[in-house]
Amino acid sequence: MFDFIKDNLILNDPMLLGANISILLSVIGIVFILTYFKKWKWLWTEWLTSVDHKKIGIMYIIAAVIMLFRGGVDALLMRAQLTVPNNEFLTSQHYNEIFTTHGTIMIIFMAMPFVIGLMNVVVPLQIGARDVAFPYLNALSFWSFFFGAILFNISFVFGGSPDAGWTNYAPLAIEGSPGPGINYYLLGLQISGIGTLLTGINFIVTIIKMRAPGMTLMRMPMFTWTALITNFIIVFAFPVLTVTLALMTFDRLFGTHFFTLADGGMPMLWANLFWIWGHPEVYIVILPAFGIFSEIFATFARKTLFGYKSMVISIVTISFLSFLVWVHHFFTMGGTAAVNSVFSITTMAIAVPTGIKIFNWLLTLYKGRIEYTVPMLWSVGFIPTFLIGGVTGVMLGMAAADFQYHNSYFLVAHFHYTLICGTVFACFAGFVFWYPKMFGHKLNERLGKWTFWFFMIGFNVCFLPQFLLGFDGMPRRIYTYGPEDGWTGLNVVSTIGGIGMGIAFMILVYNVYYSFRYAKRETSGDAWGAGRTLEWATTTSVAPFYNFAVTPEVKGLDAFMIMKQEREAGKEEKPEYKPIHMPSNAGTPFVMSVFFFVAGFGLVFKLWWIAILGGIGVLACMALRSLRSHKEDEGYYVSVEEIINTEQKKEA
Amino acid sequence: MFKKLKPYLVLATSFLFLFVLSGCSEYAIFDPKGPNAATLKDLIMYSIYFMIFIMIVVYALFAFVIVKYRDRKNFNEKDHEPDIHGSTKLEIIWTVIPIVIIIALSIPTVKVLYDLEKPPKETAHKEPIVIHATSADWKWIFSYPGEDIETVNYVNVPEDHPVLFKITSADSMSSFWVPQIGGQEYGMPGMVNDLYLQADEPGEYEGMNSNFTGQGMTHQQFNFVALEEDDYQKWVKETQEKAPQLTEETYEKLLLPDTVEEMTFSNTHLDIVDHGVDSGEYAMKVREKYGVEIKPHGGEDSHDSEESTEAVEDNHEEEASTTTESSEHHNH
Repeated sequence: MFDFIKDNLILNDPMLLGANISILLSVIGIVFILTYFKKWKWLWTEWLTSVDHKKIGIMYIIAAVIMLFRGGVDALLMRAQLTVPNNEFLTSQHYNEIFTTHGTIMIIFMAMPFVIGLMNVVVPLQIGARDVAFPYLNALSFWSFFFGAILFNISFVFGGSPDAGWTNYAPLAIEGSPGPGINYYLLGLQISGIGTLLTGINFIVTIIKMRAPGMTLMRMPMFTWTALITNFIIVFAFPVLTVTLALMTFDRLFGTHFFTLADGGMPMLWANLFWIWGHPEVYIVILPAFGIFSEIFATFARKTLFGYKSMVISIVTISFLSFLVWVHHFFTMGGTAAVNSVFSITTMAIAVPTGIKIFNWLLTLYKGRIEYTVPMLWSVGFIPTFLIGGVTGVMLGMAAADFQYHNSYFLVAHFHYTLICGTVFACFAGFVFWYPKMFGHKLNERLGKWTFWFFMIGFNVCFLPQFLLGFDGMPRRIYTYGPEDGWTGLNVVSTIGGIGMGIAFMILVYNVYYSFRYAKRETSGDAWGAGRTLEWATTTSVAPFYNFAVTPEVKGLDAFMIMKQEREAGKEEKPEYKPIHMPSNAGTPFVMSVFFFVAGFGLVFKLWWIAILGGIGVLACMALRSLRSHKEDEGYYVSVEEIINTEQKKEA
Repeated sequence: MFKKLKPYLVLATSFLFLFVLSGCSEYAIFDPKGPNAATLKDLIMYSIYFMIFIMIVVYALFAFVIVKYRDRKNFNEKDHEPDIHGSTKLEIIWTVIPIVIIIALSIPTVKVLYDLEKPPKETAHKEPIVIHATSADWKWIFSYPGEDIETVNYVNVPEDHPVLFKITSADSMSSFWVPQIGGQEYGMPGMVNDLYLQADEPGEYEGMNSNFTGQGMTHQQFNFVALEEDDYQKWVKETQEKAPQLTEETYEKLLLPDTVEEMTFSNTHLDIVDHGVDSGEYAMKVREKYGVEIKPHGGEDSHDSEESTEAVEDNHEEEASTTTESSEHHNH
């Protein structure tokens, strides 16, 4: 056992040694603080066992921000390596590991959890529900995502990181990559993927079944709409990922030959299966972003969203098309002209609904009264930059032209323009926008603007030159280049931009600390004073654990706006409280996910006894849950007195 | 607000100009040296004009609304109409226009896709030279079955003559790309992808593998050399007479994962193995024979693998002194 640890703990690299030590120190620090302030019990009862959608959302977001840090450090290391020709800062192998983890972490463990976190916080509030449909399952979703992420992340200090790219193409990932790295990728994604699939089912049921009275489908806020469609995509796409990952896990652990070179495996099959999941995945992170922007545009332009119906039709169309374009990821893999033509046209067709959305947003701003708060800045900044990502997407979609762009920095620039301007801007926008809903105070506006400008300028300086590098034939994923290639100047510019984004992130983190200390506490639920949808209708800034003391009644789109108008007209009735039924906390989701982690770890290293132990633990948790009687699991009622107390305390 | 946005707008427009006007001709794919790359360049430029048109329209609208309707001290209340829900007419307009643009882009795209499957029109009367381009971790092997010669990491072709590349791979998936001559195509074991290329001017062009194949991928480059017809014929003849024969043993060592220098042989590996038919088993057997670790390993059995890796390293050093230069050289 000692040998096993000694062999796998990576200590020979000074950078990783530093990482090891800092991880150890932070763990010791956290344990010390929790013990010193006697917070263990609080941590367990308030967070680890919580089934409250708002708390789960916050935990998702915290985890996503930490992953953003990790992925961002990876990005800066890559930029550092590529700044000058023939750089020896990183070795080829180290560079390969870094871009693989950068891609995987940013998509799977940053972007997706961030939007799912915002969904968790906002969607039940927006539809006037008390929680999601299956609160217990929601906790399980989060914890399996969390432990999947941890399993993936420990690879870089223990055993070695995956090194076959985030797309993990076979046969490179099977025959070309010895060591446990790829196993970490397969099992980390598998475990967190379970969580995502559960989220998909959970939110579909929540949105379909738990809307407040009066909220028809066509009265749902746009973010809820995008959440609904996103979760449909999840439910259709994630089973493919689950199966695909399982097949490669069998290849690597048990010697099957699904994707191998030898014995008749089909490496191409991996590419197909991966992208049948992977392309919809892009829309899983981008559609909620569109929803977030829609909410923010309407709020700070003080207008109803323009073209609500065509917005809904657009997102449904996009989600449908997202399943029909996967081949554009390998136009150059020897498809016939006919096949490439079909996928080329379906790919470009996505520009139509996306274009409709852009124009609808512009018209939402038209004749508005635009207030440039920080969330609005992110949303406004999204339009021109995302457009660059959009038009280059169409260029890439032209299959013949893709013969020159494929695998080049043009592609790298394109998808960063869509994913950062779309998803990351939206995450920042939504984070700032709903911050008072989560924490009871706003983030500092001034610091927020600094973050925005550093990020916005840094981002463009970083990625615009990469289009040109692509035109000049610089392939992606190379760890170095020669001075004769003539790529130095643009790479230097790009790195400077990367540093700008790093500074922006640090300002954001400082802002969280600064605002926690000094920001004014919000007293009303409508922190921005311009809220239009139900999440702003709570009595307090941070919604009480039961959300609404009385289930709101929805009379139209922008339900809270209508309530406010009625209140002004003096038509408000005195609320009549009734006991509220709430779900009880549960520790099994956490414990079960720990067992998932244990099983995953055992499989990564082919330590069968550990894997079996973990598997038994998972099954035992399931059995425990299944065998609990209905009575034990029926939750509890919040008494009328307690509701009155909570509501009045806040009002005072 | 406009003040704040100004540096960004300036930056964006200057990049746009950089992008379109000054930059283009300097960049590899805008400096084509053959008909295929030229076709692609035209298609790309065509699309760029559309994209610039779209961007100008949206940016103009965008600048107008964000400046005019910003909340300010002397904001004109008449400008504020909070209840506009939509406009069927407008929404139809901006559905139809993108559809038209996409049709306008699809037609030439499909045409070019079909054109690229055939040899270039200008030289369609000449019989294409067939060259098998095989990638192996991390090198390019070019076989001329008609001429019975083989080169490694460089390929000589005559100018103004269509060349049919039959692209395949001995092991990993790779992508064959000479940006100035034409678009790329993947090479995969057990499959052959056809790619017609042609060079119009004599010269050396950078070719590479653009698909990630692991550690040595960065250095998996080759020199695409276009010669005058006579020089090419002379080179073929000389090679047939003077270059050494490719033995099975040399070829096996070529298939081990490493980078090598340029090499020339007076026969092809196609007699030994055709990777267009072999699904990768051959390369895997060779790796096994020389003890290269190919099976994914976990921690517990990593002990044997460490030994086997060492064995390979020894092997490599010997081999480096005989047939190949070590990869160090290639790393500059």
